[in-house]
Parts: sequence; C-alpha cells; structure tokens
Amino acid sequence: MLERTARELSDLLARCEISAETLTQAFLQAIRQRDPQVRAFLHVDEDAALEQARSVDARRRRGESLGSLAGVPVAIKDLICVRGQPATCASKMLQTFRPPYDAHVIERLRQADAVLLGRTNMDEFAMGSSTENSAFQTTRNPWDLERIPGGSSGGSAAAVAACETPLALGSDTGGSIRQPAALCGVVGMKPSYGRVSRYGLIAFASSLDQIGPFGHDVADAALLFDAVAGHDPRDSTSVNRPAPICRQTFDRDIEPLALGVVREHFDAGLDSEVERAVREAIRVYERLGAKIVEVSLPHAKYAVATYYLVATAEASSNLARYDGVHFGHRSREHSDLIDMYCRSRGEGFGPEVKRRIMLGTHALSSGYKDAYYLKALKVRRLIHDDYARAFGQCDAILGPTSPTPAFKIGERGNDPLAMYLADIYTIGANLAGIPGISIPCGFTRSGLPVGLQLLAAPFEEEKLFRIARTFERATDWHTRRPRFVS
Amino acid sequence: MNAQEVQWVAHLARLQLTPTGLETMTRQLSAIVDYVDRLKEVNTEDVEPMGHALSFSNVFRDDGPAASLPVADALANAPQRRGDFYGVPAVLE
Repeated sequence: MLERTARELSDLLARCEISAETLTQAFLQAIRQRDPQVRAFLHVDEDAALEQARSVDARRRRGESLGSLAGVPVAIKDLICVRGQPATCASKMLQTFRPPYDAHVIERLRQADAVLLGRTNMDEFAMGSSTENSAFQTTRNPWDLERIPGGSSGGSAAAVAACETPLALGSDTGGSIRQPAALCGVVGMKPSYGRVSRYGLIAFASSLDQIGPFGHDVADAALLFDAVAGHDPRDSTSVNRPAPICRQTFDRDIEPLALGVVREHFDAGLDSEVERAVREAIRVYERLGAKIVEVSLPHAKYAVATYYLVATAEASSNLARYDGVHFGHRSREHSDLIDMYCRSRGEGFGPEVKRRIMLGTHALSSGYKDAYYLKALKVRRLIHDDYARAFGQCDAILGPTSPTPAFKIGERGNDPLAMYLADIYTIGANLAGIPGISIPCGFTRSGLPVGLQLLAAPFEEEKLFRIARTFERATDWHTRRPRFVS
Repeated sequence: MNAQEVQWVAHLARLQLTPTGLETMTRQLSAIVDYVDRLKEVNTEDVEPMGHALSFSNVFRDDGPAASLPVADALANAPQRRGDFYGVPAVLE
C-alpha cells in the first residue's frame, strides 16, 4: 500500500476501504523503519498527524464534504512555516525557532484536508544541490544509500522515493525541486514565478524562490499543485489570475505537439548514460507524434554565473534578518551589539551559507555593484529573452534535468563551484520565471534514476502537466520503486 | 580577492570568520569570482536590468486595520526578553 500513488490512496479513502488513521499509521511506521537509513525527515509529530487523520475520518463518517487531499499524507520541507512546529531550514541558526503562523500553502493544505506528516531535510537555507549542507544530518538516496539525493529539497525527494510519504512540498530557487526529483526517480515540479504564494516560505532569493510539489507521478504532482496554487494578497509577487485546475485536464494530449531540444544542453559535461536516456525519451515523444525542433539558448552558458550573483545578492539581504536579536541563535559571549551580530551569525551559519552571504555582499558592495549585480540583472534579461524566443517555436523545451546521476556522498564537498554546476540545466527557469517539471525517464546501468526536464512558457503549467503525462502514459519508469523499499 | 578584501566584506556582512575560515573563504571566493567574471564577455549595452520575472510593481492593499500578531506570540522566539521587549546588549554608553 505504501507504494501506491496519492490518487490511488485517495480513491481507497473515498470508498472507505481504509481509514485516514490507518493510512497515516502505515506511513509513520514506514518512517520509523526506513528513515534511520534514509534520514529524510528532521521532525515527525506523530500525535499531530494522527489527530488530523482522525478528524478527517470523523468528518467522512458524518458525511461532510472533504477537500481534494482528504486523509492523504504530505511531508513538508523544513523551510515552510507550520504554526508551532519546528522550521529549522536545517540550520543551527533556527534550531529552536517555532513559527507563530502557517504559510499560505499550509493553510491551503489544511483546507484540502491533507495530513501533515513531518518536516524534511534540506541544504541549509536551501543553499546546495546535495542536501549535504544540512547542519543536522545527511540524507541518502533510496536507490543507493551511498549517494546523495540531490538538493536542496533532498529530504522531500528521498521521502517520496522511499515511500515514506506519497506527496511532499519542496522549494526551487535554482533547481532545488527538479534536480533531487531527477536523482531520486520521482516527479518534481517548479511552478511559474508568482503562481504559488511565498507567504510563510523562509526566504533565500526572493525573485527566484517558488514552492512546488513532489509525487510518484505527474498526476500526483498535478493534484498537489492544484491544492497550493493561487493568489494570496499577503505575497505582493503572487499573481492575481485564476490558477488552472490541472488534475482535471492532465490526460488530454496536446495536438499538434512541438517540442524544442536545446542545442546547448548536449554540450560537454553531460554524462553519457544520462544523454542516452534523454535521447530515448525524445524518440518516445517522436513516436507519439510530436514534432521535434532544435532551439537555441545562446546565453545558457552564462546562467550559472548570473544565478550565483543574483541569488547570493538577494540572500545576503534576506539573511541579514538573522542578527541574534528577534529570533534565532544568539551568541553567549559578546562585547557589544555589533560583536553580538558578528558572533551570532558566525556561529549560527554553516560554511556554504557564509560563502553565499559573502559573495552576495561583495556583489552589492560599493564599487562592485555595477560590475557584478547590475551586470547579472542585464544578462538575466537576455536569458529570459532566449526562452521567450524559443517558446515561439515550440510548446515545451525538453532535455536532461541534471548533467549527471546521483553522485557519492562527500564527492564534491571541497569544490563549491563543481557543486554549482549540478544546476546548469535548471537555473534558467528560475531566472526567466517559467514553470518546469522533472519526470523519470530511465536508469543508468548501475540502477540510478535519470530525469527528463520539461519547461513551458510562463503560467502554462496546465500544458506542462499534459505534455509530461503524455510521456508517462507511454512509459513505466514512474512505476519503479527502489529495491530498498520492497 | 585577497584576505584583506575578504575581511572587509565579512565586516560588511557582520560575519565573524576564524583565521582558517578566512583563508578558506579567500581561496574559494577568488575561484567563484573568477568564474562569474565570464559575464564581462556579454554585450549588455542598452539591455534593461531584470529584477524579477513579473512586470508589475507596487501592489497596494487597502489601508484598513486588521488583527496583528499578539505580543506573546511575537516574543515567543526572542533569544532574550525584558517584559514586553527584546533584550539586547547596551547600545548607548
């Protein structure tokens, strides 16, 4: 039962073949059994989860109308605020922080009657591509426990892959949903910038951050996307336009379908086994009648550099709030106020967060702002325009999500730049604000999952889900589960 | 970047670095700055900077009163409090 999709579980619940309490118990039991090895969860509040499940059961018995996720467990990345629950961002800085309010997406999940299962591990403040930057634990890839799950939403991706939860929420600033989804063999989707409210999402880079769903398949991702998407006046960058209802339309093919393959995505640096799986996926679409066109993103090679200036500049500003005064870690010893700031931040932040605050501060500092930050904003415009031109020729762009399959734990620890290049194919979507999804499209010879990334024009999530589902109906990669869980 | 420049940026960022931390940071930041310098190749003459992906700006709400966070909730995470206030080291001599 644990290996089922959220839609299947939702049907069982609706037909009263299982209670929400029994289902929640089963996933809590799976977490107790498997998570000592996977280490996807930072915190599980069993009592709170069971109470939500019992409340859904009671209301179902009374014949009340229930929400779209009634009784279905959802795991939450540890940077989305749930009132009274920990929200550490996997940082010592926020080790004891308990948010006084629910994020918008949590309010929406409560309205949908979902069961909040627990908090998932991540790279500290979402900065990283392997979840190794967590201050608390190293999450392992359920397909190979010696390897990283990707990141920064590695806990959410690994929890779904290990069938410790059917659904999870993550956040994606430069690929932090799509890349771990690819490396863990699950579906992960980043909505258009502005589609999902960031109210209650602890900020990393505000012009790039988006919350999005993880699930076993495209249909489940659409179900969770629908539950959290939509306008919220508390986030001034939340767009005031109706969100599509993707769960009703994902089975309708797009006809005719034109798909763009990016010339620059098959350059040096792409693993040959990843390339083989992605090229085969392109042939699957061709057999299904899609027209494949070659498109060019001439500024793609500047995306990583642009991102690491824009994202770190925004982070240096956002993370200035952690000063040891209002909440978060405060150093025990200090001579004066400034010294208290410096020590609290020096003790509370890990090495990667410090590096990014430093780079961002440098890029914004007097004498360097025009050469770095402003220059990056201009190149960002050119990257955005490249995508806009490409979508004039095709319905979606497809290619690899990550240049390599999951690498070994510790392998890239001493080379921040090598780690940054893990996001080379995903970062452009955040800079341009477009939606993207990663879906399973094969395995390497050693049994590691490979992800196919699909990107669409801004606010075309509905089309994106339909195109992804076309591939999913023709293949069975999304039905595979790691040996570890069986 | 040299160690002196890195120390200056750490001061701006209110970030205490240990001596070995400063050394590692100088080496790693220099490599990253060398990498991002490739943006200099790009011709950006007459290109409008793009701050974020949405074209709108200045979203206002009605200026009406609404409930705010109770004081006890707002102070619940304070590292140090004095009554209904945050406690901090003396700012004035």
